[in-house]
Amino acid sequence: MLINKKSIPLQSKILSNFINLILKDIMNHYETVFILTPVLSDVQMKEAVEKFKDVLTQAGAEILNEENWGLRKLAYPIEKKSTGFYQLIEFKAEPTIVDTLETQFRRDERVIRFLTVKMEKYAIEYAEKRRKKNTETEA
Amino acid sequence: MAQNQSEIRYLTPQSVDTKKKKYCRFKKSGIKYIDYKDPEFLKKFLNEQGKILPRRLTGTSLKFQRQIAQAVKRARHLALLPYVTDMMK
Repeated sequence: MLINKKSIPLQSKILSNFINLILKDIMNHYETVFILTPVLSDVQMKEAVEKFKDVLTQAGAEILNEENWGLRKLAYPIEKKSTGFYQLIEFKAEPTIVDTLETQFRRDERVIRFLTVKMEKYAIEYAEKRRKKNTETEA
Repeated sequence: MAQNQSEIRYLTPQSVDTKKKKYCRFKKSGIKYIDYKDPEFLKKFLNEQGKILPRRLTGTSLKFQRQIAQAVKRARHLALLPYVTDMMK
């Protein structure tokens, strides 16, 4: 009996540690690229980007990187438009957040195309290299 | 005059037996991840119509051919590459 009483808190501690470990693992690396309509002004475009960043941060995601590729020509017309503002956001979040983000994309008329990708080991390595390169070219 | 210069002449053109061994450029150069955000790079694996070239022409290993296909399809979705076209290059 004595042994049992002692072992109960120990077990619960191990269990909680285990749960924490799982929860940490659930945080995944994602990358999303979306295209905004070219009818927006620069300010409106930044506003839209901020909106989606807010969606992410409020849902508990950690934004790691963002890139604005500016107005780019599309390879084929989307919604009768031949250009669009490209925006890339890299973030770390729980899997459920992707769904909430994508519903927001679908609801927003300013977004004409989006793609969210889960990043595996080599993709993360590549992204880090890319980030370093970008900061070097900026400096 | 021209005949004197080349003394040995063959009735059938000599078969050039220098088959270049194809290799996977990703394995050779140590690329581990193929980025879908880089359309210029992906264009190396497409023909003029924007179709993905087969492995037997490019020599890519199966592992990376799958990754190329995935990356090209993502790039097409984001309008970085066309789905159908003529005269891509």
